[in-house]
Amino acid sequence: MSLSHNNPQDFVLAVEGLTVSFDGFKAVNDLSFYVDEGEIRVIIGPNGAGKTTVLDLICGRTKATEGSIKFRNQELTKMKEHQIVHAGVGRKFQNPSIYEDLTVFENLELSFPRGHSVFGALTFRRNAEVIDKVTEIAEMIFLSDLLHQRADLLSHGQKQWLEIGMLLIQDPALLMLDEPVAGMSVAERKKTAELLNRITQDRSVLVIEHDMQFVEDIAHRVTVLHQGQLLSEGSLERVKSDPKVVEVYLGH
Amino acid sequence: MFADYSSSELVAIFAMQGFAGLSLFSIFVLMALGLAIIFGQMGVINMAHGEFMILGAYMTYLTSHVFESLMPGLYGAYFIVAMMVAFLAAGALGAFVEWALIRRLYHRPLDTLLATWGLSLILQQCYRSIFGAREVGVSLPDWLMGSVAITDMIEVPINGLFVMILTLLIAAGVYYLMYRSNWGGQVRAVVQNRPMAGAVGINTERVDRATFALGCGIAGVAGSAFTMIGSTGPTSGQLYIVDTFLVVVFGGAASLLGTIASAFTISQAQSTMEFFLSGSMAKVLTLLVVVGILMLRPQGLFSLKIRR
Amino acid sequence: MNVMKSNLFKRQDLINYGLLALLLLVVLPLTLDIFRLNLVGKYLSYAFAAIGLVLCWGYGGILSLGQGIFFGIGGYAMAMFLKLEASSPEATAIQSTPGIPDFMDWNQLTALPWFWEPFNSLGFTVLAILFVAPLFAFVVATAMFKRRVGGVYFAIITQAIAAILTILIIGQQGYTGGVNGITDLRTLMGWDIRSDSAKYVLYFFGVAMLFLCLLMAHLVLKSKLGRLLVAIRDREDRVRFSGYDVSNFKIFVFCFAAMLSAIGGAMFTLQVGFMSPTLVGIVPSIEMVIFCALGGRLSIIGAVYGALLVNAAKTTMSEAFPELWLFAMGALFIGVVLAFPNGLAGLYTLLVDKFKQRRAHSSAPANRTSAPAAEKEQVDSSSGVTAPSQS
Repeated sequence: MSLSHNNPQDFVLAVEGLTVSFDGFKAVNDLSFYVDEGEIRVIIGPNGAGKTTVLDLICGRTKATEGSIKFRNQELTKMKEHQIVHAGVGRKFQNPSIYEDLTVFENLELSFPRGHSVFGALTFRRNAEVIDKVTEIAEMIFLSDLLHQRADLLSHGQKQWLEIGMLLIQDPALLMLDEPVAGMSVAERKKTAELLNRITQDRSVLVIEHDMQFVEDIAHRVTVLHQGQLLSEGSLERVKSDPKVVEVYLGH
Repeated sequence: MFADYSSSELVAIFAMQGFAGLSLFSIFVLMALGLAIIFGQMGVINMAHGEFMILGAYMTYLTSHVFESLMPGLYGAYFIVAMMVAFLAAGALGAFVEWALIRRLYHRPLDTLLATWGLSLILQQCYRSIFGAREVGVSLPDWLMGSVAITDMIEVPINGLFVMILTLLIAAGVYYLMYRSNWGGQVRAVVQNRPMAGAVGINTERVDRATFALGCGIAGVAGSAFTMIGSTGPTSGQLYIVDTFLVVVFGGAASLLGTIASAFTISQAQSTMEFFLSGSMAKVLTLLVVVGILMLRPQGLFSLKIRR
Repeated sequence: MNVMKSNLFKRQDLINYGLLALLLLVVLPLTLDIFRLNLVGKYLSYAFAAIGLVLCWGYGGILSLGQGIFFGIGGYAMAMFLKLEASSPEATAIQSTPGIPDFMDWNQLTALPWFWEPFNSLGFTVLAILFVAPLFAFVVATAMFKRRVGGVYFAIITQAIAAILTILIIGQQGYTGGVNGITDLRTLMGWDIRSDSAKYVLYFFGVAMLFLCLLMAHLVLKSKLGRLLVAIRDREDRVRFSGYDVSNFKIFVFCFAAMLSAIGGAMFTLQVGFMSPTLVGIVPSIEMVIFCALGGRLSIIGAVYGALLVNAAKTTMSEAFPELWLFAMGALFIGVVLAFPNGLAGLYTLLVDKFKQRRAHSSAPANRTSAPAAEKEQVDSSSGVTAPSQS
């Protein structure tokens, strides 16, 4: 499974030589990996391996010290957060990050990709297009009946779905999810896997997940990080049998 | 503005104003140390900090009267006692305020700011009711009077020198306490992760209260030093609060050395310019430069990097 | 489907605005003499600043301790125009330099400073009132928010600027009138603003301006931008990763608040007849915050009541028990923060909701069509936006 036969243009995401250091500590160290169009890639690794930092770097929350991140051939490291979003990268945080004081409807509406300038926000109208889109997404994320509920009254799992919904309404080409099923009940987990399988059909997805059953259900390929560096990469079977991975996971 | 003076005169002026600025520097450092502990370590904004300083000043005033009337023979020693009284009084009030007010507001920093402003109004009125609206002053003991002549043009006031040495000692003590002692480790643990610190057996409430009380106590000592350069009135503290905040922010909120360096820069700039410009314009210019720099470099001049 | 449409004025809003209009336009003018009514007009000029703070602090989470700066810019701009009109060469013939304001003459100025010149024109003055403050706010906010500085730092910097401006005004007597400010303002385009009839006209003009500003603030809050402000206050990162440039929205709301504050300052000068540095500095700026907090930091109408009540109490108490006033004010700051983070408006909403619930229970079930139910839900969702502090 050599990756070098492809040109960078063929990838939706090409990370090369990515390094970030905090006061000398290299949280991510010379990391390179490539994600194909339409691929579901799962990043796994022990705690502190730098998984969340990688997502932070891609979406612009943290600035890279060195290296490049190309999304459909656009260099992301020089762009601001909102520009990266407009380029087509969506990010879900580890803890559900939603607007608790607003209703489910308003949460989704704010993520609707229109009226993002100050003037646009002042003149934004809640027309049929917006309402239809919000209703459609709400149905997808199992929250149709709760549209006018304040978001802080939702259950933990519902909040996770709402945040996924907020990403879906942006219709990103690359969706990044940080532990989407953490803290969910078994039933919610199943529903979420279903949801993810449905929404990942026409986009690329980068997921951080610990739950191996879940990884097996969704992953096309797996990237294993350890201490900020790439440890192993490939199909789940291949990675699982990689002695280096076995050592990191079992050797201490 | 320099053209009217010869170069040796200029040196003397800078030196004299520099030493004259030492008292201001000491007050800035002591006030800012207290604020930096409270703000830098706990994230709390104490708008009543100036009133804690004034409490120390009034305590110094009271102590001097007690010594004068009860044991005039020991008057020379009153200042040392006064500083301890000031520290204890301001610290005790600080502990009470933390218990009654601050601890309810740790997750609402902006609201703390308003509540402590309310506290400062109440304290001001208390001072006015107890000590009267007129400003009071204390007389210095003999050994603090006078000055040391370094050259025939440059003289250094002894009280300024004394206060500065004291300030540096306190700063060193605070540094030891916050960064070298077990207790300082507990404070930083609480700041970084309150639930975890609690879980490993640190009494977070006690640490918070002691930290706040320490910051206020140091402000009380600043009040003692304050009586040497000015007279004390109910609202004298308010004049210092903006300057002190700027000192803390300018120095980079979490670094003690930065605080001292920034207090030195600001007090010296102000003191030196005062000789050439009117007092108000010197202050305007100093503050404008500080605010301007802070807008360009919000993390402060002396801190290298902030992670938010 | 009713719920989906965001209609601009709900019935409860209209009732609330109606009640305020009734109070300001009918009840107070009929019951108060012109001296007291003029005082109310003065209090209302602070309300402009408090409304701005509702948007900026209550919704946006940006605490400015420098609204006095903008109040002062508007107030001084108005005062400079009126002072120049009062300083015609004929009126100031006894001065050593006739034709310049009296305080300049006292400070040995012999010519009008260049930055006073344009204030001979009313048109320029109006433009200055409306745009100088937002422009200044824009510079400050851009420098801070583009560097992601906010919260406590922003509050301290704005406070420091207010302090600097006061010291500057007091220090530069010859150009600004110093600590006394700009006083002895008499006429506006030849019309005596100190007469009783003029005070009535100015009061009603002030109320009209207030409602205009309330309307603007209302429209901003009801637009998507209002909901975005809440979102930014609670989850700044999420807003950023939903594709918004957060700093632009903060800059906008701060500038808007500055403009409201400046209009208030101009109304103050017109009605009170002077402008001085005591209205610019740290103390007035933070008092404006308490007007907003008492009224309810999430209610623009509450801000008006807050400004009225605190100032009326201040006048009454400092006449009767001057020594108690600071205690009361201090207690107000602490009490509002600790006990009523949503202020009077929060209490009012609670009462209204209770009343509605009781009425809904007692009324016949036949009356309960779906429309009122839907409306009830709307009221809930708009009033249910709570302060960030309540957790």
